[in-house]
Amino acid sequence: MATTAEHFQAHGDDHGHADHDHKPAFFARWFMSTNHKDIGTMYLIFAIFAGIVGGAFSGMMRLELAHPGIQYLDTFARWFGATNPDFNATLHTWNVLITAHGLIMVFFMVMPAIIGGFGNWFVPIMIGAPDMAFPRMNNISFWLTVAGFLSLMTSAFVPGGLGNGAGTGWTVYAPLSTYGSTGPAVDFGIFALHLAGAGSIMGAINFITTIFNMRAPGMTMHKMPLFVWSVLVTAFLLLLSLPVLAAAITMLLTDRNFGTTFFDPAGGGDPILYQHLFWFFGHPEVYIMILPGFGIISQIISTFSKKPVFGYLGMAYAMVAIGVVGFIVWAHHMYTTGLSVNTKMYFTAATMVIAVPTGIKIFSWIATMWGGSVEFKSPMVWAMGFIFLFTVGGVTGVVLANGGVDDVLHDTYYVVAHFHYVLSLGAVTALFAGFYYWFPKMSGRWHSELLAHIHFWVFFVGVNMIFFPMHFLGLQGMPRRYPDYAEAYAQWNSVATDGYMIMAASLVIWFINIAYAFTAGKKAEGNYWGEGATTLEWTLSSPPPFHQFETLPVIEATAHH
Amino acid sequence: MKSGEIARAASQALKALGLSFALALAPQAALAVAPAPAASAPAVTSTADAAAPAADAAAPVAAAAGSYTPLKPIEGVGMPVDGAIGLQQQYSPLGEYGHWMHNVVLLPIITVICVLVLVLLLIVIVRYNRRANPVASKTSHNTLIEVIWTLVPVLILIGIAVPSIDLLAKQFKPAPAKALTIKVTGNQWFWTYGYPDNGDFEVVSNMLNVPGQPTINNGVRDVGSKPWDGPSHLEVDNRMVVPVGEPIRLQITAADVIHSFAVPSLWFKLDAVPGRINEKVLFVEKPGVYYGQCSELCGVKHGYMPIAVEALPRDKYNAWVLTHAGGVIDGQKKPEAAPAAAAPVADATADAAADASEAPAADASAAPAA
Repeated sequence: MATTAEHFQAHGDDHGHADHDHKPAFFARWFMSTNHKDIGTMYLIFAIFAGIVGGAFSGMMRLELAHPGIQYLDTFARWFGATNPDFNATLHTWNVLITAHGLIMVFFMVMPAIIGGFGNWFVPIMIGAPDMAFPRMNNISFWLTVAGFLSLMTSAFVPGGLGNGAGTGWTVYAPLSTYGSTGPAVDFGIFALHLAGAGSIMGAINFITTIFNMRAPGMTMHKMPLFVWSVLVTAFLLLLSLPVLAAAITMLLTDRNFGTTFFDPAGGGDPILYQHLFWFFGHPEVYIMILPGFGIISQIISTFSKKPVFGYLGMAYAMVAIGVVGFIVWAHHMYTTGLSVNTKMYFTAATMVIAVPTGIKIFSWIATMWGGSVEFKSPMVWAMGFIFLFTVGGVTGVVLANGGVDDVLHDTYYVVAHFHYVLSLGAVTALFAGFYYWFPKMSGRWHSELLAHIHFWVFFVGVNMIFFPMHFLGLQGMPRRYPDYAEAYAQWNSVATDGYMIMAASLVIWFINIAYAFTAGKKAEGNYWGEGATTLEWTLSSPPPFHQFETLPVIEATAHH
Repeated sequence: MKSGEIARAASQALKALGLSFALALAPQAALAVAPAPAASAPAVTSTADAAAPAADAAAPVAAAAGSYTPLKPIEGVGMPVDGAIGLQQQYSPLGEYGHWMHNVVLLPIITVICVLVLVLLLIVIVRYNRRANPVASKTSHNTLIEVIWTLVPVLILIGIAVPSIDLLAKQFKPAPAKALTIKVTGNQWFWTYGYPDNGDFEVVSNMLNVPGQPTINNGVRDVGSKPWDGPSHLEVDNRMVVPVGEPIRLQITAADVIHSFAVPSLWFKLDAVPGRINEKVLFVEKPGVYYGQCSELCGVKHGYMPIAVEALPRDKYNAWVLTHAGGVIDGQKKPEAAPAAAAPVADATADAAADASEAPAADASAAPAA
């Protein structure tokens, strides 16, 4: 890239206002923000907060699961406002925990961080745009997400059947979520999804418009960095899948409150219809969570190998293929609901097809490193950890794709292990990789590379200890969403709980690292990763000016993506 | 004799008494009392002792009309094993196929893929680090290798798909028309098993309480033994008894919310959906007890509605059937002889009395029995 930060930023005075880097006062800046970087920062802070809440819930679950029997749920029930919980209310608290953990991590941690946070921060910069296409809509997207989170938190403290809170699982299957759960908790939970979903749809519209219309001169589609490609595909998945979720949960609401029977067989409805609608959204949703991670990993691998991404076009269209195929595999979540043999055969075959573009991505990342001059800075270590962990999570997906094998693994801990390997160890590892990659860019301060490496290794050991034994539990038949289990499942559950402690310790290291960066961290230069970092954010200062690219950068025809 | 066996014998004796003196009320009262003190072992034992002498006298009659002693589960068979890392041992032909599919086809393939990726990463770390390779190559395309790593996975997936589709097809093979039908109904939070071919009686199956834990339900075994006999969280009061070595048509539905009927060692999992009947063939190769658990979130006690399938040889299965009110051996006419008719009356009363102490409504079979 021939352009430099100075080149772009030297024209502030040409624009009629004295100081283009003038920031609004605190309230106007953070509560009425229309700046993509500020909104991105708020998304990241919000996601970290929600992640702490969702992670605390998982800690409560692992504590309860450390030994057979019910030990702590009674205490937890009291935390949710039950004065003297009976045994049913105690057990209900378990279902509230699993529901809240799932919903928070999906809608209020991973999505806000990876799309709202990194997407907002770096998509406009990477395509050479001054901001998002609809800055005010960007603001409402964020605050709707916050409102959704508050609605979900409220649901935990209001009656939801035999105890406080919504105990339906994150899938909110009817009829457990309709006539199976009385009280307003489930309504609050549904409302939370409506709000977060509306926010995400607006975010998706914003990203699509921005990427299609606001690319800098010379930034053709096939020159866009892969992270931008990944967010573009993700935005389409959001735009096409979320309305279906909105419809499904609206039908839940009317079933619950207005006497309709969409999902009630007593009135001619069908509970399985809900599952089809939910998973038509739900399966693209898992790609929504991981695709931007793919993009982040591509940027990092290329940067630290000092090589362009291997097979750029294959990488971009592999993501498009994953997105397209992601819409036609949903019923593999429903193999045991009584699908016909032809349906199961089709979904088995279609699901396995996804392994092909995913394999292309894994091998292309390795090929990018191959022949490179690889520097093992912390983001690179996280990215390589991602490749391995995502592979482990991916291959168990191939096992689960087989409808005939799923008969024994469906709804067991094998599934829990699988989706935590691709999300908790995949998407979250990609988030940490992106965090260490861009943190100095966003904050202008260096984190400690040593602590970042220690964070990785402790986290790596911890999460593998939590989730690898879950494969064993699942193969032995332990069902999901159980607060209590047969004594024969005690050993691996105890290992998993120990692993949680290690993982939690790694997060403490991370927080210390952030505190270190803001108190004692060195100032970061514009392009602190050096020659391998070629995308446009590295042409700007760290942190970038409040408004960047007031004169648009021009991407030369020969420039590499 | 262990107290469990005594209790079992005693309960048998009580049933036999009911049979012999069809309308004698006293033993029925004793039978009704026996299950009530669910958690207290001494009470069960003392009842057993009191009734024990009667057992020998009535035994021959009992054998003729119907008898049942719950099988003692074998450690590690049909149930999870602590610390195990693989699938449970399988006891059905489809299970053996699926087990082979997982252990011989899928597991080696996924292990090789993971090891391949790990080895490639290690080679990168060793050969292409900054010190070993200071100048990065600029290679960014290689059509041949891209085609290879697209086509090879396709071929591997086809290799997986062939047995996978075959396994699916076999799983959907319908049961022969004459096969025994058992109706499974998921309820919050217990299972009921209907036997339409055996006189349409129904078995209500509740988890046995775990000692030292809060009472989950009033589940007690009909035919006594210590209530916590069998693996914790998995043993039930009344098991789903099935004949071994023949295809059985399971028709599965739910009375309230969605449940899922799952038995890992029989490679069986099918959702119980209200308003639908899901059907699938169950085939058990060996006599034994096979445990499973509800596998679809169904409310607060989702974790406490296990499934216990007890597979018995045909003659023992028939004998078990005859212990139930209105029980008839499938394929045979409903008996009309007086002595046989007497038994259901006694049992029906006894069942109704026993059921009155349980949470769910009285046994459905009690009413049409006479």
